[in-house]
Amino acid sequence: MNVSTFWRTLGGRLVRDIGAVVLAVGFVGVSFGAIAVASGLPAWAVLAFSACVFAGGSQFLAVGLVAAGNPVAAILGGLLLNARHLPFGLAVSDLLAGGWGRRLIGSHLMVDEAVAFALAQPDRPRRRAAYWLTGASIFVFWQAGTVAGVYLGGVMGDPTRYGLDAAFPAALVALLLPRLREPAGLRVGLVAAAVAVAASFFVPPGLPVLLGLAGLLVAGRMRRPPAPDESTVEPAMEVR
Amino acid sequence: MTTANLVLVIAVLAVGTYSLRLVGVVLGDRLRLSPAVNRLLPLGAVALLAALAATAALTDAGQLTGVARPVGVLAGVVAAWRRLPFVAVVLIAAAVAAGLRQLGVP
Repeated sequence: MNVSTFWRTLGGRLVRDIGAVVLAVGFVGVSFGAIAVASGLPAWAVLAFSACVFAGGSQFLAVGLVAAGNPVAAILGGLLLNARHLPFGLAVSDLLAGGWGRRLIGSHLMVDEAVAFALAQPDRPRRRAAYWLTGASIFVFWQAGTVAGVYLGGVMGDPTRYGLDAAFPAALVALLLPRLREPAGLRVGLVAAAVAVAASFFVPPGLPVLLGLAGLLVAGRMRRPPAPDESTVEPAMEVR
Repeated sequence: MTTANLVLVIAVLAVGTYSLRLVGVVLGDRLRLSPAVNRLLPLGAVALLAALAATAALTDAGQLTGVARPVGVLAGVVAAWRRLPFVAVVLIAAAVAAGLRQLGVP
């Protein structure tokens, strides 16, 4: 896809929507940089977290645990929090098709917002364009925000002052709405949310979100399309 | 913490996170999944994102958050439900939470 086709596929409104989220993410990056430096990490380590790990929630968690002198918990907690990316990868793998270069780069750009924007699009070209634009621009703004936070310190102050902590969940729900308007999607989403919130009082961070997959239990049966030929039972999975 | 330990934490977390991302992508590409499983994949993403949104809206480190954040999120969700533009949804959620905090609501 060339550049002009890319922008036409997306459309102005979607680009603006993505821009709003990317801007908010940039400000959260500023607060990450500021908090990490304030907790005693050297600047290079803070920048390395953002560039190499590139997963906000796990970065905040790991920095807190490193500062508390618990590196093993930082690793395990961070990985548990990021385990959701494996099923995300399954869901978006068709958007990263077209060679190993795209697969390797696209995997690193896999953030919640990119998956959510992709999921909200009606067709594959737009899903693909939305994934790449969201992932790439969040990467750039996350790094820029981190740098600003590290070197300008607490100029911005607490991001909750601006309500940014409320913007992220609201944006996610807005992006999920097309799916939540379908009965199966609504059942799955409600059960997932309830299970995860209930679990978060008992299990370590990261696990509640994974337990949300229990929502799939109420996805309902798929109506089997008429088989193209009356061959024997298809194996559930086969290696290509 | 020593520099070596810090490098180790960042490296292991980075490689581990990247592996989780890549493994899903490669598996999704290599395995030909049955139609039933293929239908479940986007619903699985819906489940994870809904779980993420709900826990981010309501909890903080295993405890309930204050009132301002959930009310802000709720305002944003209502705006989205009424089909307001996405940018408005984000702004309304943030403004309501920030406004409540200005008024002293936790």
